Amino acid sequence: MDDQGRGQTGSGSDRRRFLWFSGLGALGAASAGGAAVVLDFVHPKVLFEPPTAFRVGRPEDFPVNSITADYARKVYIVRTEVGFFALSAVCTHLGCITRHLEEEDAIFCPCHGSRFAKDGSLLVGPAPRGLRRIAIRLEDGELVVDTALEVEKDAVLRI
Amino acid sequence: MSVLELKERLAANHVWRSIFRHRYVDSNRNRALTIFSNVFLHIHPVKVPERSIRFWHTMCLGGLSFALFLVLTVTGVLLMFYYRPAIPQAYRDMKELEFVVSSGAFLRNLHRWAAHAMVVCVFLHMGRVFYSGAYRPPREFNWVVGVLLLVLTLLLSYTGYLLPWDQLAFWAITVGTNMAAAAPGIGPKFKFLLLGGNVIGENALVRFYVLHCVVLPLAAAVLLAVHFWRVRKDGGVRPL
Repeated sequence: MDDQGRGQTGSGSDRRRFLWFSGLGALGAASAGGAAVVLDFVHPKVLFEPPTAFRVGRPEDFPVNSITADYARKVYIVRTEVGFFALSAVCTHLGCITRHLEEEDAIFCPCHGSRFAKDGSLLVGPAPRGLRRIAIRLEDGELVVDTALEVEKDAVLRI
Repeated sequence: MSVLELKERLAANHVWRSIFRHRYVDSNRNRALTIFSNVFLHIHPVKVPERSIRFWHTMCLGGLSFALFLVLTVTGVLLMFYYRPAIPQAYRDMKELEFVVSSGAFLRNLHRWAAHAMVVCVFLHMGRVFYSGAYRPPREFNWVVGVLLLVLTLLLSYTGYLLPWDQLAFWAITVGTNMAAAAPGIGPKFKFLLLGGNVIGENALVRFYVLHCVVLPLAAAVLLAVHFWRVRKDGGVRPL
């Protein structure tokens, strides 16, 4: 077979080069378009997940200077003298649910031993940062927590 | 009548000869033809030098890994007849396989053991290739293919782990996806895609099932083809 370069791509006539690169470009555009469509396809647009906001009770139900744990919903409701804040009970290390230890008045994670203070700040452990402080608000006399909204580390709902 | 004559008698019909294109003559040419004309057999060369099949050179680790992959495929397909990747069926189906289905526990255990054994064999195979210098030019690319196959093996183990939908599965996936989410920039998006949402729920189970049973095995099959082809093209197993 002759492979001396007659009619090779890249060299050869201008028309040939044009057709080659147009074909390549078209293939590239089609592939990119196809990839974009597939990527969009695998992105779920409708989620059947429980709502992230839920009621936790009335302010009167929580004693001053207390931590109330709701492990099923993975939050701690903390009441100080000043007001309320909510902490996510999910450990910032790898996602285990932490536990509040009454005796030591601290929050610890059973998976790898991270410890957090009552205000969620990091004390010890492989966790890289403190527990997320999440949004809590008063609505019709009831406290509502929204785990999807994170707030500042020292934000407090003053009641 | 010799075995060879018996085979010739068996083969003396149109149906047989349409399937098998070789005769039963014991000549070098016919032996070669028997191998070439069979898609499964021709993965191996017709003749191998004695040094290629020395046990302690390869310890059959690559072959073992592939054999385990086949065991996993067969047991996996059989398990698929009873498993539904939905909540709450997944856990119940796993229990059914354990206690109700004939040989269910055996097949499930075989699947699990073969998975662990394959990971071990693949690592040992990688070690053998490394210490025998079988990655040196012109075999560098096949090493890369091998590493990709290792990653696929581990991903197959990881995706399969979720399917029983028990506590072990749930928290293993929690940890794994949180690790993935820790990657800068694309991490959280990748976690969202992997789980099909924000929580580990029904979407995650189905996605992991599809990855485990279709996407990853297909990718592995393609790369295995390249991997074997490369070994043949580079002259087969050749100890120094």
